[in-house]
Amino acid sequence: MTTSTRGASKVPAVLVLEDGRTFSGRAYGAVGETFGEAVFSTGMTGYQETLTDPSYHRQVVVMTAPHVGNTGVNDDDPESGRIWVAGYVVRDPARVPSNWRATRTLDEELERQGVVGISGIDTRALTRHLRERGAMRVGIFSGDAWTGVRAEALLDKVKAQPQMKGANLSAEVATKETYVVPAIGTKKFTVAAVDLGIKGMTPHRMAERGIEVHVLPATATAEDIYAVEPDGVFFSNGPGDPATADGPVAVMRAVLERRTPLFGICFGNQILGRALGFGTYKLKYGHRGINQPVQDRTTGKVEVTAHNHGFAVDAPLDKVSDTPFGRAEVSHVCLNDQVVEGLQLLDQPAFSVQYHPEAAAGPHDAAYLFDRFVSLMEAERA
Amino acid sequence: MPKRTDIQSVLVIGSGPIVIGQAAEFDYSGTQACRILKAEGLRVILVNSNPATIMTDPEIADATYVEPITPEFVEKIIAKERPDALLPTLGGQTALNTAISMHEQGVLEKYGVELIGANVEAINKGEDRDLFKGVVEAVKAKIGYGESARSVICHTMDDVIKGVDTLGGYPVVVRPSFTMGGAGSGFAHDEEELRRIAGQGLTLSPTTEVLLEESILGWKEYELELMRDKNDNVVVVCSIENFDPMGVHTGDSITVAPAMTLTDREYQRLRDIGIAIIREVGVDTGGCNIQFAIDPVDGRIIVIEMNPRVSRSSALASKATGFPIAKIAARLAVGYTLDEIPNDITEKTPASFEPTLDYVVVKAPRFAFEKFPQADSTLTTTMKSVGEAMAIGRNFTEALQKALRSLEKKGSQFTFVGEPGDKAELLRESVRPTDGRINTVMQSIRAGATPQEVFDATKIDPWFVDQLFLIKEIADELAAAEKLEPGILAEAKRHGFSDAQIAEIRGLREDVVREVRHALGVRPVYKTVDTCAAEFAAKTPYFYSSYDEESEVAPRTKPAVIILGSGPNRIGQGIEFDYSCVHASFALSEAGYETVMVNCNPETVSTDYDTSDRLYFEPLTLEDVLEIVHAETLAGPVAGVVVQLGGQTPLGLSQALKDNGVPVVGTSPEAIHAAEDRGAFGQVLAEAGLPAPKHGTATTFAGAKAIADEIGYPVLVRPSYVLGGRGMEIVYDETRLESYIAESTEISPTRPVLVDRFLDDAIEIDVDALYDGHELYLGGVMEHIEEAGIHSGDSACALPPITLGGFDIKRLRASTEAIAKGVGVRGLINIQFAMAGDILYVLEANPRASRTVPFTSKATAVPLAKAAARISLGATIAELRAEGLLPKTGDGGTLPLDAPISVKEAVMPWSRFRDVHGRGVDTVLGPEMRSTGEVMGIDAVFGTAYAKSQAGAYGPLPTKGRAFISVANRDKRSMIFPARELVAHGFELLATSGTAEVLKRNGINATIVRKLSEGEGPNGEKTIVQLIHDGQVDLIVNTPYGTGGRLDGYEIRTAAVARSVPCLTTVQALAAAVQGIDALNRGDVGVRSLQEHAEHLTAARD
Repeated sequence: MTTSTRGASKVPAVLVLEDGRTFSGRAYGAVGETFGEAVFSTGMTGYQETLTDPSYHRQVVVMTAPHVGNTGVNDDDPESGRIWVAGYVVRDPARVPSNWRATRTLDEELERQGVVGISGIDTRALTRHLRERGAMRVGIFSGDAWTGVRAEALLDKVKAQPQMKGANLSAEVATKETYVVPAIGTKKFTVAAVDLGIKGMTPHRMAERGIEVHVLPATATAEDIYAVEPDGVFFSNGPGDPATADGPVAVMRAVLERRTPLFGICFGNQILGRALGFGTYKLKYGHRGINQPVQDRTTGKVEVTAHNHGFAVDAPLDKVSDTPFGRAEVSHVCLNDQVVEGLQLLDQPAFSVQYHPEAAAGPHDAAYLFDRFVSLMEAERA
Repeated sequence: MPKRTDIQSVLVIGSGPIVIGQAAEFDYSGTQACRILKAEGLRVILVNSNPATIMTDPEIADATYVEPITPEFVEKIIAKERPDALLPTLGGQTALNTAISMHEQGVLEKYGVELIGANVEAINKGEDRDLFKGVVEAVKAKIGYGESARSVICHTMDDVIKGVDTLGGYPVVVRPSFTMGGAGSGFAHDEEELRRIAGQGLTLSPTTEVLLEESILGWKEYELELMRDKNDNVVVVCSIENFDPMGVHTGDSITVAPAMTLTDREYQRLRDIGIAIIREVGVDTGGCNIQFAIDPVDGRIIVIEMNPRVSRSSALASKATGFPIAKIAARLAVGYTLDEIPNDITEKTPASFEPTLDYVVVKAPRFAFEKFPQADSTLTTTMKSVGEAMAIGRNFTEALQKALRSLEKKGSQFTFVGEPGDKAELLRESVRPTDGRINTVMQSIRAGATPQEVFDATKIDPWFVDQLFLIKEIADELAAAEKLEPGILAEAKRHGFSDAQIAEIRGLREDVVREVRHALGVRPVYKTVDTCAAEFAAKTPYFYSSYDEESEVAPRTKPAVIILGSGPNRIGQGIEFDYSCVHASFALSEAGYETVMVNCNPETVSTDYDTSDRLYFEPLTLEDVLEIVHAETLAGPVAGVVVQLGGQTPLGLSQALKDNGVPVVGTSPEAIHAAEDRGAFGQVLAEAGLPAPKHGTATTFAGAKAIADEIGYPVLVRPSYVLGGRGMEIVYDETRLESYIAESTEISPTRPVLVDRFLDDAIEIDVDALYDGHELYLGGVMEHIEEAGIHSGDSACALPPITLGGFDIKRLRASTEAIAKGVGVRGLINIQFAMAGDILYVLEANPRASRTVPFTSKATAVPLAKAAARISLGATIAELRAEGLLPKTGDGGTLPLDAPISVKEAVMPWSRFRDVHGRGVDTVLGPEMRSTGEVMGIDAVFGTAYAKSQAGAYGPLPTKGRAFISVANRDKRSMIFPARELVAHGFELLATSGTAEVLKRNGINATIVRKLSEGEGPNGEKTIVQLIHDGQVDLIVNTPYGTGGRLDGYEIRTAAVARSVPCLTTVQALAAAVQGIDALNRGDVGVRSLQEHAEHLTAARD
């Protein structure tokens, strides 16, 4: 068992929001400066998964749960090869991790990967601020980045950062090379998965169902996709503004034209929305957490789901829409705010959800969606 | 699809008296449920024998039956009310067991009553250990994980002994089936222990069944609270992690929400298992609680048990998250689905989500081992705590330290001064879980123990251990700091240090620390419990303090009244006081005030965010209350702080609050002093010309002897400055007086012993009254059934008094008025009198709501606590009469002749405690209060009311069979007539030789049985103790002589407890029981709702 002394980091740090509000605390992880879009995540577990989720690229994540790092860091739980969050905001970081799988502390891991964070601030006050004013740009400064620097200069730096709206980020996080996740057990299907920021658990959930997953770069063309002779095509989650994703939208239209079974998650849902002709918009402060009630409108059942999205599809809830690919309807809706959480085509095998059925972190209630994808492929084969 | 239309009326069963393992949480749950069902337009019929509950207030249900919760009485209620449905999941194990037994007897079918909330099959699957094991196996087959501890089911001692080999040897866990709060379970390390624990377990289990299990001592322990609706939507409301690892009952553990040391993968696995279990068991609508153990070495998960009903943990989870489980369970039971029910807190989002917390909740148990000095204080799988406090903070350290100070017990807060003691010794002590082990652990850390050493000794998770080190390091920094600077002060406050702790560390006075802190601007903010970590705006002002940046207390314009609650339940201060606080809140809200409740007891109705306009879930210490008053003063006008209704806890703060400029309303702190201080009170009595028993104070045996010699034995002796009769004893001779003084650790030159004349054979009388400065309203006069000398909280009593005449009442009224006036009461006062011969002595006066207020209010159909709250804020009795809150004319002393008789009976926790040798603790009543709860029996005549009170408290009185009688010499005369009556009712009398002789001389036949000391006879004649154990005795009358030493009756009384045979320990109780048996044998015992009783009373009053 390791011991540490209290306040190993006594380096002061400050968090500056673009509207001028600041919070003073202590450095957590790396010392320095960082910028991004301030968003809050309400999950009480799963910080490792959150940190390594590529969808958080260029975002500074505020954890509403006060204690973070209690279970340390292990090698099994990351959702990608690195930490993607731009900055990390917590109230009470753990000094000693406790878990039989832990190999190191979170503090060390953040520092090792150069992630600048801040601890000891009123995260609830910050969360309420973001809820009322909306997600906004933020900077965290500690060490030389702060010492002796005028407050106005820090604010200017924050304001000079690019906005999330209009950001095209998929290519920055996606794989550069195609790789294959083999099926677990007998292989039944091949799926081409377009990586727009895919999480490790997603291909794993497919592999568990006998799917061999070919993960393709974000820039993959329809030809690249059909080169693997897929039984189904998958579009992953990912960061950025879906309004900029013209390339993936065009590729998806090509897939829809060939009527290949199609499944999309998160960013993939927004791309399906756009491919069908719906608009997308930025939510005030987004959905980020693992307790969101989503209703499957086909069964009426409610599932508790993992979310991480700042944008949403603008599709009518009350009617079936006509699209270039036949009739489409909103299949899932978030009961908290009636945001569109899923789309499905009625005349061909394609559907998508805005949330995360792979659930890492989060509840496993929506795992059935992978089975639904399998059924579509089975039906197509039959 | 909304609610079912085929149900028009529902019978709700409450949980009965407060006992260990089943406390006020079921009043909270039941009250919520009844309100919801009523709001849904259903006719709600309620049965609960406990008068001290809000749920039995006549407004809560349409027909409220304060009747025993036994299948016989509940059937009578069903026959009369013909409900469509029965909701059994909100009244704890009592309600569930009653419902199951009525189902088995065919009663429900006979009257066409549908069980809602849980079906019989689901209840059995959840509660029956064998069936539940099957459930867990089925779950594993489906989802791949979750298993039960290896175990064997046993029905006989032979099974038990053989079972140990199957499990691979000792230690093993013994768990009896179908008992509440884990009663009768424990760890057995060898055969002797096993025989004892399993023997008792087989007896306690209604199905004579115990489960023997592999030991998972020291594993991590978790609980999940789940809810499911009829569409199979399932949510996990809360996860709870036990600070104390496996081996300590969760009710006795310090527990934390949310779980602190699980990764998401592990947590989701528990969630998956939990959901699979609730489905497999088939809880269709409602909640359940599932307990898990996790091996800290490799994460192996074992499912321990589930409760297919609302539980203590679900009440805690509701308070911890703001998600009202019982309320939602009631809605689900009548057909709603989770997504159709709005989240109360946000009002905009649905209940079909999982609360997320941005704070930490810590619950700490409160024990009463000081009341049971013989009892073994080791914590085991049998619950022993009598109450709990919950605290909320923005981190664990803040929540933990707040919880520990909420316990209001000397030594419950960490101390960092003085020598910690020997490290090795402290670590050795830490191995045994006890009340306050966490403090021992802290001292061992101070003494230099390493985290590894602490973990090895306690198996407390390393993360928690580190948090204790963190607290200790801050204490060190505080001690080392040159002066109290804002940095270190704020840091200490962020980790929950109280001003008192900081003062102790710095060698300052608490108020000096507070002044410094205020001068430096270090003050708490108040955050909201909102179910969603601020994702949505909260509409419900449910607050907790934290040393953070931003406060969320909104400004208001209405004047506020702050009501201080009673803190954790303990013996002597329980649910009765919460009842009065809740009533004050209702009455003051109606009178136009904004009500602000302060309390830290998660079991109660007062800490339901629905009860008051604002709720502060905070410790009831001076510091915490002053900060709340400050925050509310900033928010708007504060009309006053009510301290009179929450018992001794807020009353004790009264003077200090006033000294700090807080407007304390009602009886002034000076008046409180006049009643509590012996000298001042003596003066009040002298001026009013009222006699008190002769008394004196002494600090030595010689002094005490001189006083006793002067006033004559027996004398009542007690240490000064104690509550609830702690350490009080009746001393019959000089020898015992000497040993008492020698044994008592609480006597010193500054803490003298009080020696009072003990009024042998006096009738004790309790009076509750209201006084507004001009007029007295005599709330009720209660005549105790046991003689003076037994703590009033442990005595049975009757209202109206059964043997007092008009002249006596007149005298009582005059004396009460003189005292109320002399003391200066504005509100409630409770006075205890003793009538000896023809003299009315005043024993003591308490200028506050008493334990009997709810009983008196229910017996007379007058809301005394509501009236008291109004009087505190300036209303007069005349005004309240005009308003209709009090009767137009007359009072509790002028009840009509045909008013119903109400009998209150105390419920004792004997069966919960064993001494270190595993023997039961003695059950004799005395001047020290030891009951945990009470029941009320109400009927037209005393005998029936008394019989009902016994049935409600201990199970029905026998109407025939064998009665064993053995009484002390001084009781032999008064036993003769009741004994004769027993024979007339067909009882066979058994007696020891001495008593039998007296009976025979009076013409009453009794069979002589052998005393335990005589041993088994030459021809195998059994001793009385053996006979009791064999179930050959139906009623026991055994009065002791004094309370000291090991008495001959000890084995008899503990055997009676073990076998659940009614055991009367006073002749007065015997006389009352005979009247009860008489009523039962006449067979004319009916049921009547409080509403019917009230209608009758009101009609008679007009």
